Amino acid sequence: MRKISLSKLPELFSAIAKTSALYLPVDTKAGAKFEAWAVGKTLSNALNTVRSAKDFFFPQTENLMDFKVEGKNIELIDTRKECEDFVLFGVRACDVKSFEVLDRVFLAEPQDTYYKNRREHALIISTACNKPQETCFCGTFGIDAAEPSGDIVTYRTDDELFFDAKTEKGKKLLDALSSITEEADEKAVDQQKALIRERLQKLPLKDLKTEGFGSGKTAEFFDDPQWKELSSACLGCGTCTFVCPTCQCYDIKDFDTGHGIKRFRCWDSCMYSDFTKMSAGQPRLTQLERFRQRFMHKLVYYPTNNDGLFSCVGCGRCLAKCPINMNIVKVMKALGGREDA
Amino acid sequence: MPEMKEPLMPVIGVVTDIRIDTPDVKTFRVVTPDGKKAFEHKPGQCAMLSVPGVGEAMFSITSSPTNEEFMEFSIKKCGCVTDWLHAMEVGQQITIRGPYGRPFPVDTEFTGHDMLFIAGGIGLAPLRSVINYCRHYRDRYGKIDIVYGSRSMQDLVDYKEIIDEWATDAGVSVHLTIDREQPEWDGHVGFVPNYVKELGFTTDKIAILCGPPLMIKFTLQGLQEMGFDKTQVYTTMELRMKCGIGKCGRCNIGAKYVCKDGPVFRCDELDELPDEY
Amino acid sequence: MQEVTRDALLNKALELLKNGTVDRVLGYRVGEFSYDVTPAVFENEDALKKDFCWNSFCGANFSKYLISETAKTEKKLLVFLKPCDSYSFNQLLTEHRFDREKVYAVGVPCGGMLSGKDLREKVESVSDVSVNGDKVTVKTLFDGDLEFDFETLLSDRCKNCKSKKHVAYDELLGEDGEVLDSHRFDEVERLEQMTPDERFAFWQGELSRCIRCNACRDVCPACTCEKCVFDNPNSGVQNKAAADSFEEKMFHIIRAFHVAGRCTDCGECSRVCPQHIPLHLLNRKFIKDINSFYGDYQAGAEVGSRAPIVNYTTDDPEPSEAVERGHGNA
Repeated sequence: MRKISLSKLPELFSAIAKTSALYLPVDTKAGAKFEAWAVGKTLSNALNTVRSAKDFFFPQTENLMDFKVEGKNIELIDTRKECEDFVLFGVRACDVKSFEVLDRVFLAEPQDTYYKNRREHALIISTACNKPQETCFCGTFGIDAAEPSGDIVTYRTDDELFFDAKTEKGKKLLDALSSITEEADEKAVDQQKALIRERLQKLPLKDLKTEGFGSGKTAEFFDDPQWKELSSACLGCGTCTFVCPTCQCYDIKDFDTGHGIKRFRCWDSCMYSDFTKMSAGQPRLTQLERFRQRFMHKLVYYPTNNDGLFSCVGCGRCLAKCPINMNIVKVMKALGGREDA
Repeated sequence: MPEMKEPLMPVIGVVTDIRIDTPDVKTFRVVTPDGKKAFEHKPGQCAMLSVPGVGEAMFSITSSPTNEEFMEFSIKKCGCVTDWLHAMEVGQQITIRGPYGRPFPVDTEFTGHDMLFIAGGIGLAPLRSVINYCRHYRDRYGKIDIVYGSRSMQDLVDYKEIIDEWATDAGVSVHLTIDREQPEWDGHVGFVPNYVKELGFTTDKIAILCGPPLMIKFTLQGLQEMGFDKTQVYTTMELRMKCGIGKCGRCNIGAKYVCKDGPVFRCDELDELPDEY
Repeated sequence: MQEVTRDALLNKALELLKNGTVDRVLGYRVGEFSYDVTPAVFENEDALKKDFCWNSFCGANFSKYLISETAKTEKKLLVFLKPCDSYSFNQLLTEHRFDREKVYAVGVPCGGMLSGKDLREKVESVSDVSVNGDKVTVKTLFDGDLEFDFETLLSDRCKNCKSKKHVAYDELLGEDGEVLDSHRFDEVERLEQMTPDERFAFWQGELSRCIRCNACRDVCPACTCEKCVFDNPNSGVQNKAAADSFEEKMFHIIRAFHVAGRCTDCGECSRVCPQHIPLHLLNRKFIKDINSFYGDYQAGAEVGSRAPIVNYTTDDPEPSEAVERGHGNA
């Protein structure tokens, strides 16, 4: 265990940035956002970023390959490049868990090399959540905000930041920072963990349970009459899917730059009417079916294929951002998983 | 980095032959620029074809894996990509990646059985691969019946191959039908589901269905009335796809992805999926 | 603070349901917290009594829901309209987007709305919010109770409220207000005073945050096309994500043009934007320009009015004149 005084954070960031690119949450006009660190940028105090950390591994848009077309001939240009090492600082427990959820999709055979490339070059420094929000429910999914995963876990007290390296990669970085950090015992961290756990007990959604949902439960929920009411006000905008750290649906499209074709991937949303539309028909005709797909995927389909792991990490972003305030908590409470169930 | 094989990265294919099958179906022959097959596949599997700048789309591979020279795709004109494919000329390059999906169990569950193929319209395209595979390894299968129907005589895909090759094979019976009477047609007239019932097959066969959703629905009902069990009946599904490898989320039905867990399903497996296809 | 209580709305809804005037009620449903109310259709007395909500977080504009909801049955639907909602209501009627006969509209005065989103950016871990007169008490999970003036928490869109006067209703609860001098063009003027480069940089910065969730379009009561051009794969501009930095601007600029003269300035676009893009300023620029070129015009102020840019009159300025007038603030 190492520690550093909070007043020395700029030195810490500067030292990390010397080894590789460093991204950390900073405050912007539109809320907290992961940005590349530069001298003068300070760490945000916000609990979480508006957009999730998935952007680093699964960006909203990315170029997959280029084509040059001449007459009847096509030249395929592999534009992939080895990603440079980077450090993600200040990732919360929920977002760290979301990487595992994404890994099970993108790193399942056949592996997505674009994702894998970035994932392998990232070092995750997580931060325990001193002040969780009322919209937090990571505990529902077995995540402990007092004990995040990551290559290095950090704990922040009033005046110090503590580091606990969890992986070889993390230890190596922490060793490299030994000249500006000092040895620390576990006491302050244990106190901090106890404080966080006490706070987690005060969260209004702490009793939300996943019981009833999970692997193989399609028939129980698919035809539930409540989907109609739950989905009735849904605008179909897809904001929930875009701010969600675990939503991973994508589209592949071509863009003619005038000098060649770029084939790019971009986020897509099951909430959109064209998601499943094809020449031969549309299997999900109304917003009810699209809305149901999103929640069934997170609570039933994904767990069925992934040893019971849910595709939600309780970060609360959808609770904060849905224009009509409909979200997975309301769905779970309506369909089951109630405290009293 | 480039040494890592990327599943979304296609290879270049050259269209070496274009056959006009019906007013809206063409069959394209595709090889790599050095004249080889782009990859090996099994009957029922699909490939992602694309025209850069227009887009990618998933098509079933119509040719049999036993064809060692080239791959064929019978494609109906019905959208952006297919419009473009229909407009192109021989020599045009396209991109191709695959093979995708679970094939028909031709070397396991199907072996030793009588086979009943039932197709409607462009639904013959995915079955042609299996039919020709079974014809190639003729001794592995029993009697083969092919029931095929379309709107009109002109809409029967692969008509020449059906008449000249399939119908002349020993142990292969071809039963063609069209929806409405035509002066030059002296064969059967009527819808596929009814024709199947009229033909009255024995139930010791494996049946494979492909065609429009309504045809599949009524034919399956008919087969069950005749005494077929759902475990004897296979079909192949079509949903919108982008990645082909079970990641982009588009063809997700229940816990299955049609691109990877399908497109071939045994009909009893379909009962376990939510009704959303 | 809302001068009409939840009970007053509830009793009105129950009365109209009971006497058969309407068979269902479009209102707000309570949420998990005090601020996360959801638009909902209530079909019976029990549902209303259980979940009907009216508080200072009921800001969402319902007018657009009338299009799909009135198409469902022949029966009448009750809708509660705040003054700003009533403008959208009229505009949709002007565009023949729903059948007026199928709606019973009850006007409700509005004392300005708070926004959960805005509040949560000011206060951490909100556990409860209560409004008493012009004071708001925010209970927090870890920092005790905090007290604010209502004005300071007012949602952005309500700070420039254009009108407390209803322009449409069948019945009014409480007292109607007046059209206000809203200073709503102050911010537009500030942008007009920028140099073109500064203005470009401003919008570049704002629009670069766009994630193309399309929430602004989906919530907009003026965006009622059955099929949006940006959802049409054959349009060549369909995109969930911008292929380049021009495209993200193009989407918002095209949308602003499309709703010009029809936008009532309800502010829903900016309210729902998860990325805090002040989209309403694009629309306000159009409103301000239309006012200065063709005379004051408020979309939705009355049913059937023709917006200046879809209505030729001999008094219209020549294009050259419009360009001339536009100089300096184009």
